[in-house]
Amino acid sequence: MNRRAAILLGVLLAALLVLPVIANDYLLSVVILILFFAFSGQAWNVMMGFAGQLSLGHSLYVGVGAYAAAAIYVHYGIGPWAGIWLAMLVCVLLGSVIGFLAFRFGISGVYFALLTIAFAEFTRIGFDHLDWVGGSGGFFLPVVRRDVNDLLNLRGSPVMFYYVALALAGGAFAFCAWLLRSRVGYYWQAIREDQDAAQSLGINTFRYKMFAIAISSAMTGVSGVFFAFYYNNLFPEQIFHISRSIELILGPIIGGLGTLFGPVLGAVVLTLLAESITEVMSVLGLEIPGVKQVFYGLCLLVVVMFLPNGIWPTLARRLGLEREGGRGGHG
Amino acid sequence: MPPELIANVIIAGVLTGLVYGLMAVGLSVIFGVVRVVNFAHGEMMTVAMYATVMLFAAWKLDPMLAAVPVAIAFFGFGYVLQAGLVNPFITRPEHSQFMLLVAVAMIMVNALLMVFGPDALNVQVDYQLESFAIGPILFDKARAYGASAALATSALLFAFFKFSRTGKAIRACADNNLGAKVVGLDVKHLYALTFGIGAACVAVAGCMIVLLVDVTPVLGPSYTLLAFVIVIVGGLGSMPGALLGGVLIGLSEALAGLFFNPSAKSMFSFALLILVLLFRPQGLLGRRS
Amino acid sequence: MAEAQLAVRSVSKSFRGLRAVSNVSFEVRAGHIAALIGPNGAGKTTCFNVIAGAFAPDSGEIWFEGRRIDGMRPDQICLAGIGRTFQLVKPFAGLSVLDNVIVGALRHNKRVSDARRKALTVLGRLGLEEKRDQPAAALTLPDRKRLEVARALATEPRLLLLDEVMAGLRPTETDQMVAVFRRLIEEHGITIVLIEHVMRAVMALSDEIHVLHHGELIASGSPDEVVRNPAVLDCYLGEEAV
Repeated sequence: MNRRAAILLGVLLAALLVLPVIANDYLLSVVILILFFAFSGQAWNVMMGFAGQLSLGHSLYVGVGAYAAAAIYVHYGIGPWAGIWLAMLVCVLLGSVIGFLAFRFGISGVYFALLTIAFAEFTRIGFDHLDWVGGSGGFFLPVVRRDVNDLLNLRGSPVMFYYVALALAGGAFAFCAWLLRSRVGYYWQAIREDQDAAQSLGINTFRYKMFAIAISSAMTGVSGVFFAFYYNNLFPEQIFHISRSIELILGPIIGGLGTLFGPVLGAVVLTLLAESITEVMSVLGLEIPGVKQVFYGLCLLVVVMFLPNGIWPTLARRLGLEREGGRGGHG
Repeated sequence: MPPELIANVIIAGVLTGLVYGLMAVGLSVIFGVVRVVNFAHGEMMTVAMYATVMLFAAWKLDPMLAAVPVAIAFFGFGYVLQAGLVNPFITRPEHSQFMLLVAVAMIMVNALLMVFGPDALNVQVDYQLESFAIGPILFDKARAYGASAALATSALLFAFFKFSRTGKAIRACADNNLGAKVVGLDVKHLYALTFGIGAACVAVAGCMIVLLVDVTPVLGPSYTLLAFVIVIVGGLGSMPGALLGGVLIGLSEALAGLFFNPSAKSMFSFALLILVLLFRPQGLLGRRS
Repeated sequence: MAEAQLAVRSVSKSFRGLRAVSNVSFEVRAGHIAALIGPNGAGKTTCFNVIAGAFAPDSGEIWFEGRRIDGMRPDQICLAGIGRTFQLVKPFAGLSVLDNVIVGALRHNKRVSDARRKALTVLGRLGLEEKRDQPAAALTLPDRKRLEVARALATEPRLLLLDEVMAGLRPTETDQMVAVFRRLIEEHGITIVLIEHVMRAVMALSDEIHVLHHGELIASGSPDEVVRNPAVLDCYLGEEAV
């Protein structure tokens, strides 16, 4: 990225670091939501935006990650910092199975997307009947006190969660930036652009696609762990539902597929939109379910129709944040 | 477990399955010809269901009769949707098309939620509680009517595609898009017609299903998935395949509901989808493209 | 007699009953330029695709530098030292010209900075240096063909399969490409097998020509031998003469 972009990023980071000092709990919770979606959107972006594999069942990993960490905490008292590893392991295994099945059997495109949906739905119904983690009635984490920050068990104030979310989102951003510029990143983009050409250049497409899936599913699993310890309640109907999968991908698609800032921008736009709508509705004294989602849908429609690469590429060009000379596929 | 019970459950499953099959025929036609993944399929059916409920509420119009005007209206809607919105996306990457229809689906479902609220609505007609009896075997009247309508509509469609000029033209487009253009067929118009036909199928299926279930907006996504499962199991581009797939799914759901936990019945459908995608992606009756 | 670097032995390939390649055998010696010519539909690209691993042959063997390579995956073929271009070019449209070639260079230069340097060198060779930051989608067809060659070259192949890279070039551009290939062979000892319709290039470059017709090899030999071969003249009746 060029100097302008780097400075902007630095300013943004500084602002985010000091935000809790000036913000109230509500604002913090909104930003936490943005950071959560930026993080999980970035994770999904690795698979789709980088390696070109459309997964519409990513809620699977959010849910599995969440339940895995929550289960060992509630049943065995094992804290989330260990739970994260379990979550990642299970998610990578799951993702690898799905990926392996798909690639070995030659399933791609739409069929692959449907396969991912089927796995997520199957798991959703399965968890509805899994009483060990509460079944359809829900699984609850004990909430103790909000004024004491127990970082080890992720029990505490919004400020604590804020910094955890910031670390996750920031870490994901840096990680993906590094990946994108590495050999793996180049190979992923080659696969995304043209698989046959990529193979002719010596790229083992199967291996790299599996790698993308592994990273994507692991990261998404981590977002699930955060979800579990932040919200403290898990319902299969909600966490595995296809609408959650779609929610996850709205950010990257609206923001900009395959770019680093896309998921972040998308998360910001969508969360602000949602909060504004909620504000307007409460001011008008109306309580109509579904309004937010209609706006999400309209947003998605507009972007898909008129800005197929998302908002970020156009915005970046306008603001002069693109690298001089213009490079495709990065930033 | 008495054999009559099992038989009745099987029959109910098959009949319901035929209605599912009709819904899937609509999707198969759209997917097979226009090659667009209609992710709003189930949502369209839900809208049709609400339309039927409204017609019933306003004029006591029996859903079986309401099927006609609703189908016609949906034909028009489908035509306009394809011609206006979807057409420019034919040449775009797959995920763009997908997301377009996901957006349409989201808007539909939540618009319904806004207008009608989340509570269930239904219609009450006399014959819903009645059955035909052949010995100890019972055929629910509602299901039997629905299945007959499904078969009749499918037969009509089959005849249309096989014998009419427009039907053949549409098949030509499906087989060879470029070739169709070269011989002067108005492919855009034919695509729009096809989408309209698919939408009309879905509308009829919706009217029939209203007799069987309560209507809520959130049914949309489940039916979309169900339609895809059926189409893939039965075979893309095959109308008999869609009906067969529908019957299979209806049957498996009914039996799963009987022998296992009723709420787990969808798990079988998804497991079947996964198996079919892996081992026989062309489905039971589809052609390997 | 020196061992051939590439040996195609009795290779056949059918698609749904249509015999695309029928019992074709030929050899290419290291450092040579061999041309595969023939009318459209003769099976030339299918031959390439079989050598490059896109399909496995129905029968026959393919040997490269003493190893059997038929049935290997395309990426394994690249690792074995064979690079290829595609008849219908396949650029990484969303990436810049430089990035396209970097992908190729990463085969042997694992660090991105090294690959970048290598890529710039290759681009310079093919005269695409100035366009290095342009998106590949913005290139003209001749430039795309050069990009395709550059990308394949960046993988440091010992044998290069070029599928109609001269098509659509003006005579001066063709001569430039010919000069580039000559230099490559001199400096790196690379072997080239090309499919070409542009006889100007074929006659100027080739050490051997193999003629395919309806999937069968009907003639092999030096350019002078082949142009006088009655069977070849027969199938090329009416074609552009040199």
